[in-house]
Amino acid sequence: MFRNQYDTDVTTWSPAGRLFQVEYAMEAVKQGSATIGLRSKTHVVLGCVNKANSELSSHQKKIFKVDDHIGVAIAGLTADGRVLSRYMRNECINYNFTYESPLPVGRLVVQLADKAQVCTQRSWKRPYGVGLLVAGLDESGAHLYYNCPSGNYFEYQAFAIGSRSQAAKTYLERRFENFADSSRDDLVKDALMAIRETLQGETLKSSICTVAVVGVGEPFHILDQETVQQMINAFEIVGEQEGPAAEPDAAAGQEAAAEQGGSTDEGVAPMDI
Amino acid sequence: MNFTASKQPENCLLGPESDSQRTLYPYVTGTSVVALKYKDGILMAADMGGSYGSTLRYKSVERMKPIGKHSLLGASGEISDFQEILKYLDELILYDNMWDDGNSLGPKEVHNYLTRVMYNRRNKFNPLWNSLVLGGVKKGEKYLGTVSMIGVNFEDNHVATGFGNHLARPILRQEWHENLSFEDGVKLLEKCMRVLLYRDRSAINKLQIAKITEEGMTISPPYSLKTYWEFSAFENPTQGAVGSW
Repeated sequence: MFRNQYDTDVTTWSPAGRLFQVEYAMEAVKQGSATIGLRSKTHVVLGCVNKANSELSSHQKKIFKVDDHIGVAIAGLTADGRVLSRYMRNECINYNFTYESPLPVGRLVVQLADKAQVCTQRSWKRPYGVGLLVAGLDESGAHLYYNCPSGNYFEYQAFAIGSRSQAAKTYLERRFENFADSSRDDLVKDALMAIRETLQGETLKSSICTVAVVGVGEPFHILDQETVQQMINAFEIVGEQEGPAAEPDAAAGQEAAAEQGGSTDEGVAPMDI
Repeated sequence: MNFTASKQPENCLLGPESDSQRTLYPYVTGTSVVALKYKDGILMAADMGGSYGSTLRYKSVERMKPIGKHSLLGASGEISDFQEILKYLDELILYDNMWDDGNSLGPKEVHNYLTRVMYNRRNKFNPLWNSLVLGGVKKGEKYLGTVSMIGVNFEDNHVATGFGNHLARPILRQEWHENLSFEDGVKLLEKCMRVLLYRDRSAINKLQIAKITEEGMTISPPYSLKTYWEFSAFENPTQGAVGSW
């Protein structure tokens, strides 16, 4: 973006009171592929766009299970994300060993944020270049948090990060008031539709996206490709009819990946239900 | 020159550690704690005695204390180690409260924390010389567990330490049932404590009963049990005993 004389290291303030290195780290998050999260009172769904570099390679893992009740989706430098996931898993395991109880998400998120903050105040370190959407269950219900490289964290009803996330955010902003009471399947459907928004015209297929769910009575798990594709298909049908979110598919653990096969630009307006 | 009395045998493998102070034997001890689950929560009873060997030296020792909002801890064994444990737990609860989020450590978490502490101390050959009873209620779930000085831990509907295991548990196994009323629970505990009073030399006739429910913890003022010594079996107790007088 801008070349400044105050951006050489993270421990230098600019005259305007900014830490440019931290802001550049947040840029790295914006360059990563889109990741979205949304929650109801009892479930949280994470989804991301997973494009492989070439047809020959597999795609990068962007969603990690941290514990039965916590999962995280990342955007940005996936290597940094992997390291932070390992830290989170460690913290969860240690807490569980001492207290035989799951680590409350809220506390894990604060620990993560404190860890990120350290990197903004040491001259020999750099901020983590990854944004994390942390989904988890607590005593107080389902939670979705966003941890950024600055060391800040926020709780959200729904959020999207990464490239072209604004399109998803717009979609989520229109619908978020209904999320709290959504059923699990509706939530997954909304996630898939939000992912579709970031693809801007491209066909939504289960091979280019990943969806994961955690909820009351449902440990965190990533939905398999087949299930996702079935949900996408269900939505295509529903999308054409402009009907409400009914899933004709028999399979119970379907993810709602709302994509339609046809070109998005032509004629099919975003669902305003 | 080292004046501390460390009784290390010559073939001791502890090496440089052998000079440090480790718990070798307890000095001021409390006797049994008995506890059971009842309809609304947990009832726990312990007398107020602190023995110094065979002398019944201290008679106002509170051996049951509340921990946080949801738990109650009773201890038998070395009283100073119990006080040390209370300090550890105080710090634990303090840090838990400092998070100031909607979460709090319940009885299960405290019990497991204590198990880790006791077991790790035992592994260093420097045990906290206590048998602990941890009971509580959180979100309607009743919890009652115990940890010993060597780290043995388990949960049950009724637990006891020390002599209580031998004298009170059999009574509880016969007479405990789910959803005891408060009055029945107290009567049952008093029955156990009375037997202990008759038969345990380190028991004194001054006890407290503590109750913990979802609402909170209350502990009764000290009181004493009625005893009856006119049983005919108590007259000439050694009549039929071989080799006694």
